[in-house]
Amino acid sequence: MAELLKRKKALSVSPLKASQTVGAALAFLGFFRSMPIMHGSQGCTAFAKVFFVRHFREPIPLQTTAMDQVSSVMGADENIIEALKAVCEKNAPGIIGMVTTGLAETQGTDVRGAVKQFRQRCPQFASIPVVPVNTPDFTGSFESGFALALKAIIETLVPESATEQHSEISSRAGLRHKQVNVLCHANLTPGDLEFIVESIESFGLRPMLIPDLSGSLDGHLSDDAFNPLTTGGLAVDDLQTAGESAATLVVGESIASAAAALQKKTAVPEYRFSHLMTMETVDRWLMTLSRISGQPVPARWKKQRRQLQDAMLDTHFMIGTTRVAIASDADVLIGFEALLSSMGAELVAAVIPAKASAAKKLPIAQIQIGDLEDLEKLALAHKAQLLVGNSHAAESAHRLGVPLLRAGFPQYDLVGGFQRCWSGYRGIQQALFDLANMLLVHHQEIQPYHSIYASKPEALGHHQASGEIVQVVAGSHSL
Amino acid sequence: MSPLRGEIQNSVLITGVTSHMKAKDIAELLDEPACEHNKKSKSGCAKPKPGSAAGGCAFDGAQIALLPVADVAHIVHGPIACAGSSWDNRGTRSSGANLYRLGMTTDLTEQDVIMGRGEKRLFHSIKQAIEDYSPPAVFVYNTCVPALIGDDVDAVCKTAQERWDVPVVSVDAAGFYGTKNLGNRIAGEAMVKYVVGTREPDPIPERYLRPDIRVHDVNLIGEYNIAGEFWHVLPLLDELGIRVLCTLSGDARYREVQTMHRAEVNMMVCSKAMLNVARKLQDRYSTPWFEGSFYGITDTSEALRLFAAYLNDPDLTTRTEALIEREERQIRGLLEQWRPRLSGKRVLLYTGGVKSWSVISALQDLGMQVVATGTKKSTEEDKARIRELMGEDTLMIEDGSPKELLRIVDEYQADILIAGGRNMYTALKARVPFLDINQERDFGYAGYQGMLELVRQLMLTLESPVWQAARTSAPWDETPTHAGAEILRPLPSAPAAMGGA
Repeated sequence: MAELLKRKKALSVSPLKASQTVGAALAFLGFFRSMPIMHGSQGCTAFAKVFFVRHFREPIPLQTTAMDQVSSVMGADENIIEALKAVCEKNAPGIIGMVTTGLAETQGTDVRGAVKQFRQRCPQFASIPVVPVNTPDFTGSFESGFALALKAIIETLVPESATEQHSEISSRAGLRHKQVNVLCHANLTPGDLEFIVESIESFGLRPMLIPDLSGSLDGHLSDDAFNPLTTGGLAVDDLQTAGESAATLVVGESIASAAAALQKKTAVPEYRFSHLMTMETVDRWLMTLSRISGQPVPARWKKQRRQLQDAMLDTHFMIGTTRVAIASDADVLIGFEALLSSMGAELVAAVIPAKASAAKKLPIAQIQIGDLEDLEKLALAHKAQLLVGNSHAAESAHRLGVPLLRAGFPQYDLVGGFQRCWSGYRGIQQALFDLANMLLVHHQEIQPYHSIYASKPEALGHHQASGEIVQVVAGSHSL
Repeated sequence: MSPLRGEIQNSVLITGVTSHMKAKDIAELLDEPACEHNKKSKSGCAKPKPGSAAGGCAFDGAQIALLPVADVAHIVHGPIACAGSSWDNRGTRSSGANLYRLGMTTDLTEQDVIMGRGEKRLFHSIKQAIEDYSPPAVFVYNTCVPALIGDDVDAVCKTAQERWDVPVVSVDAAGFYGTKNLGNRIAGEAMVKYVVGTREPDPIPERYLRPDIRVHDVNLIGEYNIAGEFWHVLPLLDELGIRVLCTLSGDARYREVQTMHRAEVNMMVCSKAMLNVARKLQDRYSTPWFEGSFYGITDTSEALRLFAAYLNDPDLTTRTEALIEREERQIRGLLEQWRPRLSGKRVLLYTGGVKSWSVISALQDLGMQVVATGTKKSTEEDKARIRELMGEDTLMIEDGSPKELLRIVDEYQADILIAGGRNMYTALKARVPFLDINQERDFGYAGYQGMLELVRQLMLTLESPVWQAARTSAPWDETPTHAGAEILRPLPSAPAAMGGA
């Protein structure tokens, strides 16, 4: 059990946290023809847009209610209605997410009320789903914002299909016996999601990712020159059939309450996974799929598993006992902790941006809620040999003189970082190779010792240059 | 977030924004007598429209304007969104100090907001920054949430400054006050009000005194040293004996900003964003100013000439002309080999407006043809200048939406879109060559030497083989069979096929 250490200092230096609002917007970006709108000042949207554009290297649909001085004080419900109207008229999206910012929440917005008013005033747009979510940036973080949005999407758009009578639950679960729901946490990359899709399809099942960033933010060229909305992702019509799926697979701890909401509405049997970053969890993932489908595990996974086993043997020389420091969202931390301990490495420092109760289950002593300055201090104090973190941590790694494995959001200095696959046997294998290579490059050689009696020409030069032979001898004694 | 409603909303109406940047102050900043925009019916930039707005807020503008002051601790007072998504995100470079690259924020929590602990947290944050990083000054940027709950940031800064004897400058630029442009002005205003004039310039070190050269002091306002590009220009100014007291704010230090009142002339670099600074320095210290640019050969030479003219030093004028002659000859020689390949290429330039004319001149120096340019933020004066450069029938783009830009690329058969990073993916998704011209870029185009980099980057994209490849479709799509299309990617939808199966 890990103890979560609260933030003690007043100032956050080199923040690790991204806002809830940004995380919520991401969840909506995993839907087809989607347009998230941030209810706040237009800067909130501009910053979020840049954040995503730099990470994904993709155009990002994102709008704003553009609160100004008057509406910030006098009320901005009209801005919500006006923004919804403008977006519906211009783009006719498949789904609109209305996510609130700290500004709107401090003002005391009633976002649901405003959406209701919009419905009354603009019945012509009744067919366009609008999902309001409260995601102020003064609580939680990226991960929790994503989870809140996912929960709101499920609660708003998935029809109630489970009823309980005399403690008998009746539902429509399994009507689509090949369809499998997958709830995906915020930090699963388009690459991770492709593994999830491929593995599920290999059992003859049909995955429905909720949300599906592998279709919308995977970085693809589409035929149209310009799209104001997402060009891939889960369609709302499909989401509405979630209650008829044979099973729900949940990947990530942060989305537990969203999973519970789906479970309550649909009673579809649910299987939970914290991550897919160790051999043991991928084994369980495939066995679960085998059970759901009634099909044996395809041979290709067995082959990849043997390759992973081999890679584990090859890389344990470099990775074993390595002291690692991690700063990331809790779900990323949980995955990496499992991966590293499965290789005999040691997690010596862990920082997460905001409280996350799931992290308490980790078998380490302490987790700091904090920033990258905290990471740097802890890594230094515990002599970490490698960092895991986002692109911001590059400076910390540089100052510490240790390598950085980039993971999480944002990754703006690594092309393709956004789509890297960490999940499944092959994803794990590549992570091990990369970790091992980084450690090889940073391998600490033994410092040469120059004997005072040596007649090597360069050793002579050394003594003469330092001119302190006595000190050299004294130093060697103390070793 | 129900606990916040009610009492806070009430308190906002009582104390709220009125305790800070007052509507009157904002109106005053928007009313910039030296700005051509003033003469139009709407001042500054238009009010953003919900649902179809783009661009940053006043806080964004203020931070962009001042963050390059490299040795200062820049504290963003607000919840995480303001700093969390924006820190360490600029192309600006420092020649030494790099404290500006550390993101610092009070990262306000719900408790801070509800219980009104923001001021206290800010006070301790300033203390922490001073104790841990010993900056020569602290800049505190106010943001929406503390502005709304009525944190008295000015008072906290003042108290902190007295307590720790380090200048603490309040930059009251909450996002909802207005646009990025307003934020630029607020930032400039804060410098003029609190920093400029608080120190005298150092004497020129004796070893750098040249007997035959009289040194003149100048400032550059609105030069951000993107990708270090100002370092293409600075050696020339050194050579001429023009000492730059301060660039506001590229590669600047706090102690340089303090001395800006002693310049003999100020140059406004390609932008009206901090025009208020130039005007106020003129009002207070009678410093004349001129507008110029270091993009392109023509404009770089023009800027150097204007310095000499304003400094009214015949010897400097002679030496400047000689330097221009030398530099132009050299760079034109180097560019000659590229001209045939670039000459006649058609450019759609969309910079949001302000810098259009300076970039146009640079492209024309290369023999390229600018077929259309954005003028959304341009002043009447800018537009006149553009017409002068490009001719009367130039297309001026007011609507810079991605869709419209692509339509114009198509209609005017542009070979390349040159625009800000925000439009990069608009171009790439449409398979149109692109060059990033705004502040996030990693390449410096200023000065004579910058032209070489500009050419390299233009050629790189214009002549790249990837455009051809990206326009091909898969060979098996050439004669698609009906069944083939179905098999390749079964759509996750098609509920009819799946339903109840």
